[in-house]
Amino acid sequence: MAIIEVRDLGKRYGPRVAVDSVSFEVAEGEIFGVLGPNGAGKTTTVECVSGLRAPDRGSVSVLGQRPADVRAAIGVQLQDSELPERMRVSEALELFSSFYPSPADWSERLGLTSHLRSEFGQLSGGLKQRLSIALALIGSPRVAILDELTTGLDPQARRDTWSVIEEVRAAGVTILLVTHFMEEAERLCDRVAVFRDGRIVALDTPSALVSRVDGATRVRFVPSVPLDVSLLEALPEVTSVSSVGEQLVVSGSENLVHAVTSLLARRQVVARRLRVDQVSLDDAYVELTGSRDGEDH
Amino acid sequence: MVKIIEIEARLFLRDRLNSLFAVLFPSLLLLVLGAIPALRTPDANFGGQRFIDSYVSALVVFTLVFIGLQRLPAVVATYREKGVLRRLATTPMHPARLLAGQLVVNFVAVILSVLLLMLVGYVVFGVDLPHHPLGLACAVVLGGAGTFALGLVIAALAPSARAAGGWATVVFMLLMFFGGVYLPRFMLPSVIQAIGSYTPPGVEALQQAWLGTAPDWRHLAIMGLVSLVAGTVAAKTFRWE
Repeated sequence: MAIIEVRDLGKRYGPRVAVDSVSFEVAEGEIFGVLGPNGAGKTTTVECVSGLRAPDRGSVSVLGQRPADVRAAIGVQLQDSELPERMRVSEALELFSSFYPSPADWSERLGLTSHLRSEFGQLSGGLKQRLSIALALIGSPRVAILDELTTGLDPQARRDTWSVIEEVRAAGVTILLVTHFMEEAERLCDRVAVFRDGRIVALDTPSALVSRVDGATRVRFVPSVPLDVSLLEALPEVTSVSSVGEQLVVSGSENLVHAVTSLLARRQVVARRLRVDQVSLDDAYVELTGSRDGEDH
Repeated sequence: MVKIIEIEARLFLRDRLNSLFAVLFPSLLLLVLGAIPALRTPDANFGGQRFIDSYVSALVVFTLVFIGLQRLPAVVATYREKGVLRRLATTPMHPARLLAGQLVVNFVAVILSVLLLMLVGYVVFGVDLPHHPLGLACAVVLGGAGTFALGLVIAALAPSARAAGGWATVVFMLLMFFGGVYLPRFMLPSVIQAIGSYTPPGVEALQQAWLGTAPDWRHLAIMGLVSLVAGTVAAKTFRWE
Protein backbone atom coordinates (compact mmCIF):
# COMPACT_ATOMS: atom_id res chain seq x y z
CA MET A 1 0.00 0.00 0.00
CA ALA A 2 1.27 3.48 -0.85
CA ILE A 3 2.27 5.44 2.22
CA ILE A 4 3.12 8.57 0.24
CA GLU A 5 0.95 9.53 -2.70
CA VAL A 6 1.71 12.52 -4.89
CA ARG A 7 -0.81 13.24 -7.63
CA ASP A 8 -0.27 15.77 -10.37
CA LEU A 9 1.59 18.13 -8.03
CA GLY A 10 2.15 21.67 -9.28
CA LYS A 11 3.83 24.60 -7.55
CA ARG A 12 4.99 27.95 -8.85
CA TYR A 13 6.79 30.88 -7.29
CA GLY A 14 5.57 33.95 -9.11
CA PRO A 15 6.12 33.33 -12.81
CA ARG A 16 8.62 30.53 -12.21
CA VAL A 17 7.21 27.02 -12.33
CA ALA A 18 9.05 24.98 -9.71
CA VAL A 19 7.13 21.72 -10.06
CA ASP A 20 4.79 20.74 -12.84
CA SER A 21 2.47 17.71 -12.74
CA VAL A 22 4.62 15.42 -10.67
CA SER A 23 3.09 12.10 -9.61
CA PHE A 24 4.58 9.19 -7.71
CA GLU A 25 3.79 6.74 -4.97
CA VAL A 26 6.05 5.36 -2.28
CA ALA A 27 5.28 2.00 -0.73
CA GLU A 28 5.64 1.32 2.98
CA GLY A 29 9.21 0.41 3.93
CA GLU A 30 10.62 1.62 0.65
CA ILE A 31 13.60 3.94 0.24
CA PHE A 32 12.62 6.26 -2.56
CA GLY A 33 15.29 8.46 -4.09
CA VAL A 34 14.73 11.89 -5.58
CA LEU A 35 17.50 12.87 -7.99
CA GLY A 36 18.06 15.77 -10.30
CA PRO A 37 20.12 18.90 -10.88
CA ASN A 38 19.74 21.99 -8.70
CA GLY A 39 16.51 23.83 -9.41
CA ALA A 40 14.82 20.74 -10.85
CA GLY A 41 12.04 20.86 -8.26
CA LYS A 42 13.29 18.23 -5.82
CA THR A 43 13.26 20.38 -2.73
CA THR A 44 9.89 21.94 -3.53
CA THR A 45 8.43 18.47 -3.97
CA VAL A 46 9.72 17.18 -0.65
CA GLU A 47 8.61 20.41 1.05
CA CYS A 48 5.09 19.71 -0.15
CA VAL A 49 5.35 16.14 1.13
CA SER A 50 6.64 17.37 4.52
CA GLY A 51 3.70 19.76 4.84
CA LEU A 52 5.86 22.88 4.72
CA ARG A 53 4.24 24.12 1.55
CA ALA A 54 0.78 23.83 0.16
CA PRO A 55 0.66 22.68 -3.48
CA ASP A 56 -0.90 25.02 -6.03
CA ARG A 57 -2.27 22.05 -7.93
CA GLY A 58 -2.71 18.35 -7.36
CA SER A 59 -2.63 16.53 -4.07
CA VAL A 60 -0.17 15.08 -1.64
CA SER A 61 -1.08 12.55 0.99
CA VAL A 62 0.99 10.81 3.62
CA LEU A 63 -0.56 7.87 5.48
CA GLY A 64 -3.76 8.76 3.64
CA GLN A 65 -3.93 12.23 5.17
CA ARG A 66 -2.74 15.76 4.47
CA PRO A 67 0.93 15.98 5.51
CA ALA A 68 0.17 18.91 7.85
CA ASP A 69 -2.22 16.66 9.79
CA VAL A 70 0.30 13.89 10.41
CA ARG A 71 3.41 15.86 11.33
CA ALA A 72 4.15 13.60 14.29
CA ALA A 73 4.52 10.67 11.88
CA ILE A 74 6.90 12.49 9.53
CA GLY A 75 10.53 13.16 10.42
CA VAL A 76 12.21 15.79 8.31
CA GLN A 77 15.80 16.74 7.75
CA LEU A 78 15.99 19.99 5.83
CA GLN A 79 18.72 21.51 3.78
CA ASP A 80 20.20 24.61 5.46
CA SER A 81 18.12 24.76 8.58
CA GLU A 82 20.07 25.57 11.68
CA LEU A 83 19.48 25.78 15.39
CA PRO A 84 20.18 28.69 17.72
CA GLU A 85 23.95 29.21 17.89
CA ARG A 86 24.24 28.66 21.60
CA MET A 87 21.86 25.73 21.94
CA ARG A 88 23.66 22.61 23.12
CA VAL A 89 23.32 19.29 21.34
CA SER A 90 21.70 17.82 24.47
CA GLU A 91 19.21 20.70 24.60
CA ALA A 92 18.27 20.30 20.96
CA LEU A 93 17.63 16.59 21.56
CA GLU A 94 15.62 17.34 24.72
CA LEU A 95 13.59 20.06 23.01
CA PHE A 96 12.70 17.99 19.97
CA SER A 97 11.95 14.91 22.11
CA SER A 98 9.35 16.98 23.95
CA PHE A 99 7.39 17.42 20.70
CA TYR A 100 6.67 13.73 20.17
CA PRO A 101 4.75 11.07 22.08
CA SER A 102 7.39 8.34 21.81
CA PRO A 103 10.81 9.82 21.14
CA ALA A 104 13.73 7.69 19.97
CA ASP A 105 17.35 8.47 20.74
CA TRP A 106 19.66 8.05 17.77
CA SER A 107 22.45 10.18 19.22
CA GLU A 108 24.68 7.24 20.12
CA ARG A 109 24.24 5.53 16.78
CA LEU A 110 25.12 8.82 15.06
CA GLY A 111 28.20 9.40 17.20
CA LEU A 112 26.84 12.44 19.02
CA THR A 113 27.26 11.28 22.62
CA SER A 114 30.69 12.86 23.08
CA HIS A 115 29.37 16.20 21.80
CA LEU A 116 26.26 16.57 23.94
CA ARG A 117 27.58 19.64 25.73
CA SER A 118 28.83 21.38 22.60
CA GLU A 119 26.91 24.36 21.34
CA PHE A 120 25.42 24.19 17.86
CA GLY A 121 27.54 27.11 16.63
CA GLN A 122 30.74 25.23 17.47
CA LEU A 123 29.88 21.99 15.70
CA SER A 124 31.61 21.03 12.47
CA GLY A 125 29.52 20.70 9.33
CA GLY A 126 29.50 16.93 9.66
CA LEU A 127 28.30 17.01 13.27
CA LYS A 128 25.58 19.53 12.43
CA GLN A 129 24.44 17.17 9.71
CA ARG A 130 24.42 14.18 12.08
CA LEU A 131 22.48 16.14 14.69
CA SER A 132 20.01 17.12 12.02
CA ILE A 133 19.53 13.44 11.13
CA ALA A 134 19.10 12.52 14.80
CA LEU A 135 16.41 15.22 15.11
CA ALA A 136 14.63 13.96 11.99
CA LEU A 137 14.44 10.47 13.51
CA ILE A 138 13.72 11.56 17.08
CA GLY A 139 9.95 11.27 16.83
CA SER A 140 10.06 7.61 15.74
CA PRO A 141 8.55 8.66 12.42
CA ARG A 142 6.85 6.28 9.99
CA VAL A 143 8.10 8.40 7.13
CA ALA A 144 11.50 10.09 7.10
CA ILE A 145 12.24 12.80 4.58
CA LEU A 146 15.95 13.41 4.23
CA ASP A 147 17.12 16.27 2.02
CA GLU A 148 20.81 16.06 1.13
CA LEU A 149 21.46 13.52 3.82
CA THR A 150 25.21 13.18 3.51
CA THR A 151 26.24 16.50 2.01
CA GLY A 152 29.15 17.82 4.05
CA LEU A 153 30.10 14.45 5.51
CA ASP A 154 33.48 12.85 4.91
CA PRO A 155 33.50 9.48 3.11
CA GLN A 156 33.70 7.45 6.33
CA ALA A 157 30.86 9.37 7.99
CA ARG A 158 28.87 9.03 4.79
CA ARG A 159 29.17 5.24 4.86
CA ASP A 160 28.28 5.21 8.58
CA THR A 161 25.21 7.30 7.83
CA TRP A 162 24.17 4.91 5.08
CA SER A 163 24.22 2.02 7.50
CA VAL A 164 22.14 4.09 9.93
CA ILE A 165 19.62 4.62 7.14
CA GLU A 166 19.56 0.88 6.45
CA GLU A 167 18.85 0.29 10.14
CA VAL A 168 16.08 2.85 10.06
CA ARG A 169 14.53 1.14 7.08
CA ALA A 170 14.89 -2.23 8.77
CA ALA A 171 12.77 -0.77 11.55
CA GLY A 172 10.01 -0.32 8.96
CA VAL A 173 10.39 3.39 8.27
CA THR A 174 9.64 4.61 4.76
CA ILE A 175 12.30 7.00 3.48
CA LEU A 176 12.18 9.76 0.92
CA LEU A 177 15.76 10.62 0.12
CA VAL A 178 16.88 13.64 -1.87
CA THR A 179 20.42 13.20 -3.04
CA HIS A 180 23.13 14.41 -5.35
CA PHE A 181 25.23 11.31 -4.90
CA MET A 182 24.60 8.52 -7.38
CA GLU A 183 26.59 6.11 -5.26
CA GLU A 184 24.23 6.85 -2.40
CA ALA A 185 21.15 6.33 -4.55
CA GLU A 186 22.52 3.07 -5.98
CA ARG A 187 23.39 1.76 -2.54
CA LEU A 188 20.24 2.78 -0.67
CA CYS A 189 17.29 3.38 -2.96
CA ASP A 190 14.76 0.81 -4.09
CA ARG A 191 13.48 3.19 -6.70
CA VAL A 192 14.49 6.63 -7.83
CA ALA A 193 12.69 9.48 -9.55
CA VAL A 194 14.89 11.65 -11.72
CA PHE A 195 13.70 15.26 -11.85
CA ARG A 196 14.40 17.75 -14.57
CA ASP A 197 12.83 21.18 -15.03
CA GLY A 198 10.09 20.51 -12.49
CA ARG A 199 9.05 17.15 -13.91
CA ILE A 200 9.93 13.53 -13.37
CA VAL A 201 11.82 12.31 -16.45
CA ALA A 202 12.41 8.77 -15.22
CA LEU A 203 11.14 6.66 -12.36
CA ASP A 204 12.49 3.17 -11.85
CA THR A 205 14.89 1.01 -9.87
CA PRO A 206 18.50 2.15 -10.14
CA SER A 207 19.47 -0.97 -12.14
CA ALA A 208 16.57 -0.55 -14.55
CA LEU A 209 17.59 3.06 -15.14
CA VAL A 210 21.10 1.93 -15.88
CA SER A 211 20.01 -0.72 -18.35
CA ARG A 212 18.03 1.88 -20.29
CA VAL A 213 21.21 3.55 -21.34
CA ASP A 214 22.35 2.52 -24.80
CA GLY A 215 25.61 0.64 -24.64
CA ALA A 216 25.24 -0.01 -20.95
CA THR A 217 28.02 -2.58 -21.08
CA ARG A 218 31.44 -1.83 -22.44
CA VAL A 219 34.12 -4.38 -23.32
CA ARG A 220 37.71 -3.29 -23.94
CA PHE A 221 40.49 -5.53 -25.16
CA VAL A 222 43.54 -5.73 -27.36
CA PRO A 223 43.09 -8.46 -30.04
CA SER A 224 46.07 -10.79 -30.44
CA VAL A 225 45.81 -10.46 -34.24
CA PRO A 226 44.20 -7.62 -36.19
CA LEU A 227 40.45 -8.02 -36.27
CA ASP A 228 37.95 -6.69 -38.78
CA VAL A 229 35.82 -4.20 -36.87
CA SER A 230 32.82 -4.82 -39.13
CA LEU A 231 32.56 -8.36 -37.75
CA LEU A 232 31.93 -6.90 -34.31
CA GLU A 233 29.57 -4.27 -35.63
CA ALA A 234 27.52 -6.99 -37.29
CA LEU A 235 26.65 -8.54 -33.91
CA PRO A 236 23.12 -7.62 -32.83
CA GLU A 237 24.30 -7.01 -29.24
CA VAL A 238 26.78 -4.35 -30.30
CA THR A 239 25.81 -0.70 -30.52
CA SER A 240 29.19 0.82 -31.25
CA VAL A 241 32.84 -0.02 -31.72
CA SER A 242 35.75 2.33 -31.46
CA SER A 243 39.48 1.86 -31.30
CA VAL A 244 41.95 3.61 -29.05
CA GLY A 245 45.41 2.76 -30.32
CA GLU A 246 45.47 -1.02 -30.61
CA GLN A 247 42.68 -1.33 -28.02
CA LEU A 248 39.10 -1.88 -29.14
CA VAL A 249 36.18 -0.51 -27.14
CA VAL A 250 32.88 -2.27 -27.82
CA SER A 251 29.64 -0.99 -26.30
CA GLY A 252 26.38 -2.80 -26.26
CA SER A 253 23.61 -4.50 -24.36
CA GLU A 254 23.77 -6.80 -21.34
CA ASN A 255 24.71 -9.92 -23.35
CA LEU A 256 27.59 -8.16 -25.00
CA VAL A 257 30.34 -10.07 -23.21
CA HIS A 258 29.11 -13.45 -24.32
CA ALA A 259 28.57 -12.35 -27.91
CA VAL A 260 32.02 -10.79 -28.22
CA THR A 261 33.93 -13.63 -26.60
CA SER A 262 32.12 -16.23 -28.76
CA LEU A 263 33.05 -14.33 -31.88
CA LEU A 264 36.67 -14.10 -30.78
CA ALA A 265 36.75 -17.81 -29.96
CA ARG A 266 35.37 -18.70 -33.41
CA ARG A 267 38.04 -16.53 -35.03
CA GLN A 268 40.67 -17.89 -32.67
CA VAL A 269 41.56 -14.42 -31.52
CA VAL A 270 42.78 -13.98 -27.97
CA ALA A 271 41.54 -10.94 -26.14
CA ARG A 272 44.41 -9.50 -24.17
CA ARG A 273 43.94 -7.02 -21.28
CA LEU A 274 40.21 -7.72 -21.38
CA ARG A 275 38.08 -5.37 -19.25
CA VAL A 276 34.34 -5.18 -18.85
CA ASP A 277 32.68 -2.01 -17.56
CA GLN A 278 29.12 -1.55 -16.54
CA VAL A 279 27.60 1.86 -17.02
CA SER A 280 26.79 3.31 -13.60
CA LEU A 281 23.77 5.22 -12.40
CA ASP A 282 25.99 8.23 -12.79
CA ASP A 283 26.08 7.77 -16.56
CA ALA A 284 22.37 7.05 -16.66
CA TYR A 285 21.73 10.22 -14.67
CA VAL A 286 23.81 12.36 -17.00
CA GLU A 287 21.98 10.93 -19.97
CA LEU A 288 18.56 11.55 -18.39
CA THR A 289 19.17 15.04 -17.16
CA GLY A 290 21.58 16.15 -19.85
CA SER A 291 23.82 17.72 -17.26
CA ARG A 292 26.48 16.96 -14.77
CA ASP A 293 25.31 19.84 -12.63
CA GLY A 294 25.11 19.29 -8.94
CA GLU A 295 26.79 15.96 -8.57
CA ASP A 296 30.22 17.36 -7.91
CA HIS A 297 29.42 18.44 -4.34
CA MET B 1 5.68 24.34 25.99
CA VAL B 2 7.32 24.15 29.43
CA LYS B 3 10.36 22.60 27.76
CA ILE B 4 10.52 25.41 25.23
CA ILE B 5 10.45 28.04 27.98
CA GLU B 6 13.07 26.16 29.97
CA ILE B 7 15.43 25.95 27.02
CA GLU B 8 14.80 29.53 25.93
CA ALA B 9 15.58 30.60 29.50
CA ARG B 10 18.84 28.65 29.44
CA LEU B 11 19.79 30.27 26.14
CA PHE B 12 18.92 33.69 27.59
CA LEU B 13 21.11 33.14 30.62
CA ARG B 14 23.94 31.69 28.55
CA ASP B 15 24.12 34.98 26.68
CA ARG B 16 25.53 36.52 29.88
CA LEU B 17 26.53 39.90 28.59
CA ASN B 18 23.06 40.72 27.33
CA SER B 19 21.07 39.04 30.06
CA LEU B 20 23.07 40.58 32.91
CA PHE B 21 23.02 43.93 31.22
CA ALA B 22 19.25 43.84 30.79
CA VAL B 23 18.55 42.79 34.34
CA LEU B 24 21.28 44.61 36.28
CA PHE B 25 21.99 47.78 34.35
CA PRO B 26 19.06 49.89 35.64
CA SER B 27 19.94 49.09 39.26
CA LEU B 28 23.65 49.74 38.66
CA LEU B 29 22.91 53.06 37.01
CA LEU B 30 20.72 54.01 39.96
CA LEU B 31 23.59 53.19 42.32
CA VAL B 32 26.02 55.29 40.28
CA LEU B 33 23.67 58.26 40.05
CA GLY B 34 22.73 57.98 43.70
CA ALA B 35 26.41 58.14 44.61
CA ILE B 36 26.41 61.77 43.47
CA PRO B 37 25.20 63.84 46.45
CA ALA B 38 23.45 66.51 44.35
CA LEU B 39 21.31 63.86 42.73
CA ARG B 40 20.03 62.46 45.99
CA THR B 41 19.09 65.88 47.43
CA PRO B 42 15.56 67.18 46.88
CA ASP B 43 15.58 70.08 44.46
CA ALA B 44 12.91 72.39 43.10
CA ASN B 45 14.21 71.61 39.60
CA PHE B 46 13.08 68.03 40.03
CA GLY B 47 9.65 69.09 41.26
CA GLY B 48 10.78 69.07 44.86
CA GLN B 49 11.91 65.46 44.48
CA ARG B 50 15.38 64.05 44.37
CA PHE B 51 16.80 63.42 40.87
CA ILE B 52 16.98 59.71 41.53
CA ASP B 53 13.27 59.64 42.39
CA SER B 54 12.36 61.40 39.17
CA TYR B 55 14.56 59.02 37.18
CA VAL B 56 13.23 55.60 38.29
CA SER B 57 10.66 55.53 35.49
CA ALA B 58 13.39 56.25 32.92
CA LEU B 59 15.30 53.25 34.25
CA VAL B 60 12.24 51.04 33.75
CA VAL B 61 11.92 52.49 30.25
CA PHE B 62 15.50 51.46 29.60
CA THR B 63 14.86 47.85 30.61
CA LEU B 64 11.73 47.59 28.50
CA VAL B 65 13.18 49.10 25.33
CA PHE B 66 16.49 47.28 25.68
CA ILE B 67 14.82 43.89 25.97
CA GLY B 68 11.96 44.65 23.60
CA LEU B 69 14.04 46.23 20.85
CA GLN B 70 17.66 45.20 21.26
CA ARG B 71 17.10 41.55 22.09
CA LEU B 72 13.73 40.38 20.89
CA PRO B 73 13.78 41.41 17.19
CA ALA B 74 17.36 40.24 16.73
CA VAL B 75 16.66 36.81 18.18
CA VAL B 76 13.41 36.34 16.28
CA ALA B 77 14.84 37.53 12.96
CA THR B 78 17.86 35.27 13.44
CA TYR B 79 15.61 32.30 14.17
CA ARG B 80 13.89 32.94 10.89
CA GLU B 81 17.06 33.59 8.91
CA LYS B 82 18.79 30.45 10.18
CA GLY B 83 15.78 28.30 9.34
CA VAL B 84 15.03 27.47 12.99
CA LEU B 85 11.37 28.39 12.53
CA ARG B 86 11.17 26.44 9.28
CA ARG B 87 12.67 23.42 10.98
CA LEU B 88 10.11 23.62 13.77
CA ALA B 89 7.32 23.97 11.24
CA THR B 90 7.93 20.34 10.25
CA THR B 91 7.32 19.11 13.82
CA PRO B 92 3.97 18.78 15.57
CA MET B 93 4.93 21.92 17.54
CA HIS B 94 3.96 25.15 15.83
CA PRO B 95 6.93 27.55 15.58
CA ALA B 96 4.75 30.27 17.15
CA ARG B 97 5.34 28.47 20.43
CA LEU B 98 9.02 29.21 20.16
CA LEU B 99 8.21 32.91 19.79
CA ALA B 100 5.83 32.67 22.71
CA GLY B 101 8.66 31.11 24.73
CA GLN B 102 10.88 34.03 23.76
CA LEU B 103 8.26 36.53 24.92
CA VAL B 104 7.77 34.77 28.24
CA VAL B 105 11.49 34.61 29.00
CA ASN B 106 12.06 38.23 28.04
CA PHE B 107 9.11 39.39 30.05
CA VAL B 108 10.31 37.52 33.12
CA ALA B 109 13.65 39.31 32.68
CA VAL B 110 11.78 42.64 32.63
CA ILE B 111 9.98 41.78 35.86
CA LEU B 112 13.20 40.72 37.59
CA SER B 113 14.91 43.88 36.48
CA VAL B 114 12.09 46.09 37.80
CA LEU B 115 11.85 44.21 41.11
CA LEU B 116 15.59 44.51 41.60
CA LEU B 117 15.41 48.23 40.83
CA MET B 118 12.66 48.65 43.44
CA LEU B 119 14.66 46.75 46.01
CA VAL B 120 17.90 48.64 45.39
CA GLY B 121 16.12 51.99 45.33
CA TYR B 122 14.24 51.26 48.54
CA VAL B 123 17.10 49.71 50.51
CA VAL B 124 19.95 51.95 49.41
CA PHE B 125 18.30 55.32 48.78
CA GLY B 126 14.93 55.04 50.47
CA VAL B 127 13.06 55.48 47.19
CA ASP B 128 9.40 54.83 48.00
CA LEU B 129 8.00 51.46 47.06
CA PRO B 130 5.38 51.87 44.32
CA HIS B 131 2.51 54.02 45.54
CA HIS B 132 0.11 52.30 43.21
CA PRO B 133 1.42 48.74 42.74
CA LEU B 134 -1.47 47.63 40.55
CA GLY B 135 -1.06 50.72 38.39
CA LEU B 136 2.65 50.05 38.07
CA ALA B 137 1.99 46.43 37.17
CA CYS B 138 -0.45 47.58 34.47
CA ALA B 139 2.00 50.21 33.21
CA VAL B 140 4.83 47.65 33.01
CA VAL B 141 2.66 44.98 31.37
CA LEU B 142 1.05 47.32 28.84
CA GLY B 143 4.24 49.29 28.22
CA GLY B 144 6.14 46.04 27.82
CA ALA B 145 3.49 44.65 25.49
CA GLY B 146 3.64 47.80 23.36
CA THR B 147 7.42 47.75 23.14
CA PHE B 148 7.64 44.00 22.49
CA ALA B 149 4.97 44.32 19.81
CA LEU B 150 7.00 47.05 18.09
CA GLY B 151 10.03 44.75 18.28
CA LEU B 152 8.01 41.97 16.64
CA VAL B 153 6.78 44.29 13.88
CA ILE B 154 10.40 45.07 13.11
CA ALA B 155 11.29 41.35 13.17
CA ALA B 156 8.33 40.67 10.87
CA LEU B 157 9.07 43.36 8.31
CA ALA B 158 12.87 43.46 8.23
CA PRO B 159 14.29 41.47 5.32
CA SER B 160 17.22 40.11 7.36
CA ALA B 161 18.49 39.79 10.89
CA ARG B 162 21.00 42.55 10.21
CA ALA B 163 18.31 44.91 8.99
CA ALA B 164 16.14 44.05 11.98
CA GLY B 165 19.02 44.98 14.29
CA GLY B 166 19.54 48.29 12.49
CA TRP B 167 15.88 49.32 12.42
CA ALA B 168 15.39 48.28 16.02
CA THR B 169 18.34 50.37 17.14
CA VAL B 170 16.85 53.50 15.57
CA VAL B 171 13.52 52.94 17.34
CA PHE B 172 15.40 52.05 20.55
CA MET B 173 17.25 55.40 20.47
CA LEU B 174 14.06 57.35 19.80
CA LEU B 175 12.09 55.67 22.57
CA MET B 176 14.98 56.18 25.00
CA PHE B 177 14.99 59.87 24.07
CA PHE B 178 11.23 60.34 24.49
CA GLY B 179 11.30 58.18 27.60
CA GLY B 180 13.74 60.58 29.27
CA VAL B 181 16.62 58.15 29.50
CA TYR B 182 19.27 60.31 27.81
CA LEU B 183 18.07 63.58 29.27
CA PRO B 184 15.78 63.59 32.28
CA ARG B 185 12.29 64.60 31.26
CA PHE B 186 12.24 67.88 33.19
CA MET B 187 15.02 69.09 30.89
CA LEU B 188 13.05 68.23 27.75
CA PRO B 189 10.72 70.74 26.04
CA SER B 190 7.14 70.23 27.13
CA VAL B 191 6.07 69.03 23.69
CA ILE B 192 8.68 66.25 23.86
CA GLN B 193 7.50 65.41 27.37
CA ALA B 194 3.95 65.14 26.06
CA ILE B 195 5.02 62.87 23.19
CA GLY B 196 6.95 60.74 25.68
CA SER B 197 3.79 60.13 27.67
CA TYR B 198 2.26 58.40 24.68
CA THR B 199 5.20 56.55 23.11
CA PRO B 200 5.85 53.06 24.41
CA PRO B 201 6.62 52.06 27.01
CA GLY B 202 4.84 55.10 28.56
CA VAL B 203 7.23 56.77 30.96
CA GLU B 204 4.57 59.06 32.46
CA ALA B 205 2.32 56.21 33.54
CA LEU B 206 5.29 54.38 35.07
CA GLN B 207 6.40 57.45 37.02
CA GLN B 208 2.87 58.27 38.20
CA ALA B 209 2.19 54.74 39.35
CA TRP B 210 5.50 54.48 41.17
CA LEU B 211 5.86 57.82 42.92
CA GLY B 212 2.68 59.76 42.05
CA THR B 213 -0.82 58.76 42.95
CA ALA B 214 -2.08 56.68 40.04
CA PRO B 215 -1.35 56.35 36.32
CA ASP B 216 -3.58 58.27 33.93
CA TRP B 217 -5.86 55.66 32.38
CA ARG B 218 -5.57 57.40 29.00
CA HIS B 219 -1.82 56.74 28.97
CA LEU B 220 -2.44 53.11 29.77
CA ALA B 221 -5.18 52.85 27.16
CA ILE B 222 -2.80 54.23 24.52
CA MET B 223 -0.23 51.56 25.42
CA GLY B 224 -2.93 48.92 25.13
CA LEU B 225 -3.89 50.27 21.73
CA VAL B 226 -0.28 50.35 20.53
CA SER B 227 0.17 46.73 21.63
CA LEU B 228 -3.00 45.69 19.87
CA VAL B 229 -2.22 47.45 16.59
CA ALA B 230 1.47 46.56 16.49
CA GLY B 231 0.73 43.01 17.63
CA THR B 232 -1.83 42.58 14.85
CA VAL B 233 0.49 44.02 12.22
CA ALA B 234 3.28 41.71 13.40
CA ALA B 235 1.01 38.66 13.34
CA LYS B 236 -0.38 39.52 9.89
CA THR B 237 2.95 40.24 8.27
CA PHE B 238 5.16 37.67 9.98
CA ARG B 239 7.07 35.34 7.66
CA TRP B 240 8.19 31.99 9.00
CA GLU B 241 10.99 31.65 6.48
